Amino acid sequence: MSNAEPAGLRRLASELTPTAIVCLTIIALAAFIAIFAPAIAPYDEGTILTNESFASPGNGMLLGSDYLGRDIASRLGFGIRTTLSVALAISVIAFLIGSAFGFFAAIMGGWTDTVVSRTVDALISFPAIMIALIVVSSLGSSFLVLIVTVAVIDSTRVYRVARALGMDIVVQDYIEAARVRGEGTGWIIWHELLPNALGPLAAEFGIRFTYAILFVSALSFLGLGVQPPHSDLGLMVKENMQGLLYGSFSPLYPALAIAMVTVSTNILVDWYLKSTDANLPEEL
Amino acid sequence: MNLTTLIAKRLLIGLGILFVVSLLVFVGTEILPGDVANAILGQGATPELLANVRERLGLNDPAHIRYFRWLASMLTGDFGTSLVNGRPIAEQLGERVYNTALLAGTTAAIAVPLAVCLGLICALKPNGPVDRVISTVSLTLISVPDFLVGIVLVSIFAVTLGWLPAIANLRPGADFITIARVLVLPVTALVFTVLAHMVRMTRTSILGVLASPATEMAILKGIPRTRILLVHALPNAIAPIINVIALNMAYLISGIVVIETMFNFSGLGRLAVQAVATRDIPVVQLTAMIFCTVYVLLNLLADIVSIAANPRLRYPK
Repeated sequence: MSNAEPAGLRRLASELTPTAIVCLTIIALAAFIAIFAPAIAPYDEGTILTNESFASPGNGMLLGSDYLGRDIASRLGFGIRTTLSVALAISVIAFLIGSAFGFFAAIMGGWTDTVVSRTVDALISFPAIMIALIVVSSLGSSFLVLIVTVAVIDSTRVYRVARALGMDIVVQDYIEAARVRGEGTGWIIWHELLPNALGPLAAEFGIRFTYAILFVSALSFLGLGVQPPHSDLGLMVKENMQGLLYGSFSPLYPALAIAMVTVSTNILVDWYLKSTDANLPEEL
Repeated sequence: MNLTTLIAKRLLIGLGILFVVSLLVFVGTEILPGDVANAILGQGATPELLANVRERLGLNDPAHIRYFRWLASMLTGDFGTSLVNGRPIAEQLGERVYNTALLAGTTAAIAVPLAVCLGLICALKPNGPVDRVISTVSLTLISVPDFLVGIVLVSIFAVTLGWLPAIANLRPGADFITIARVLVLPVTALVFTVLAHMVRMTRTSILGVLASPATEMAILKGIPRTRILLVHALPNAIAPIINVIALNMAYLISGIVVIETMFNFSGLGRLAVQAVATRDIPVVQLTAMIFCTVYVLLNLLADIVSIAANPRLRYPK
């Protein structure tokens, strides 16, 4: 298995299309900004530089000022940092929970599968946004509440994909062979299920990452996600909405930043699925 | 199993789901720390006052008794009082429900036929130029946050051109033209958010049916592709397409919450958000129940229509 991976990557690299390269560049740029925001942003995210709300660009402010007179460009950098790291944490946790339970249900079958699947069904019978509203209304919004809530919501979708992938693999002969050899459930999940499901799961990770970005941004936009004075892309849109009426484009920048990352990720996932001939189980 | 028993069974399952949903809404809002008495009194809570309010609201009763009391009062149309303004919730509910139903209904009436048509056009020549354009645009729209579409629409049609209001303030008793003007931007934004998923999924389901041996037979008989699509494939794809539409109502619900907030639209979604922000627990419970019930009912309806449309689903494996 370990020998196959570099070759797989090399083959993938040979199939790079111009669109894929552009998307990769955008994501790399966003990651760079997210990591180095404190070093490259001209000002701190909370510094009020001018009395003027929605000042036009100039005076050392690349994109002008926001509703409080803070530098939009700097806040954008910190916003990308917050949004992307929160979304990444959510997707990683969702994956750990979702794929662990999904593979476990697939391999155990029987009543274990029934219990876990029905629990997931119960969670899915809620519109996701309502779960978030209920939790935030009783616990208030903090980074911890936000990350855990959205991760749990997201893990239900990962669970369904992982379980469906696992179901297809569990019936293979080599799983039978491993069982006859006397390997444990954990070993089989780690050494047989995971490597064989890795391709489609990687694609699913991209989709969940996009979803997490959009969901967190929507919550922040509603005032129920990341709280001020932190800078978050969705929150920036909410704060500067009124600027539109004064002819400022300030809410447009964070919204476009989100769109660039999410669109690039989705296009990459599409390209990845096509060039590896991998298929995601249908989500119907 | 005949159709009636099967539908009756689905309805029972639906009721069961609604019961679980109500239980979870109640547990989520009442069992977690910070009870209603705390929320009412806020900073000025002394132990005596707290005990007093708890006694008055019956918060000292065991949780299961409170749950059934809550459920019973909701089922009999007694929605309780808002903690924020102390007025009966039912007072403002009617108008909110009507406004949201108007917004969602108009959106669905435009988006569903449009999505099915676009999906069909894509399936007519898969990977042709038209399909590529529609698929790329819809993939992009799926990935874009709901509020971006709203911002772009507002900055073009409300700010730059000044044709339409940026704030959708729907007054009771407004005439048709005013209502229409107010609804154009929010409805357009919502159509964009739900359309893309529906187009993609319609395309996939139709292409799935087109891959069947029956379609191959039709092609071999020399039937034109448009006719195959409309007469042979579409009827078989109705069940999955209806499923797709029901699934997309989930996107519509989250879209409604965002778009109503963005346009200051006085509907149920904005009521829910405001209630969460002010910790108005009874309003949160009620709005969450309404949204969840609509969602469950739509899925149930989709299930039943799929079963009716596809005889094979009547005999589960």
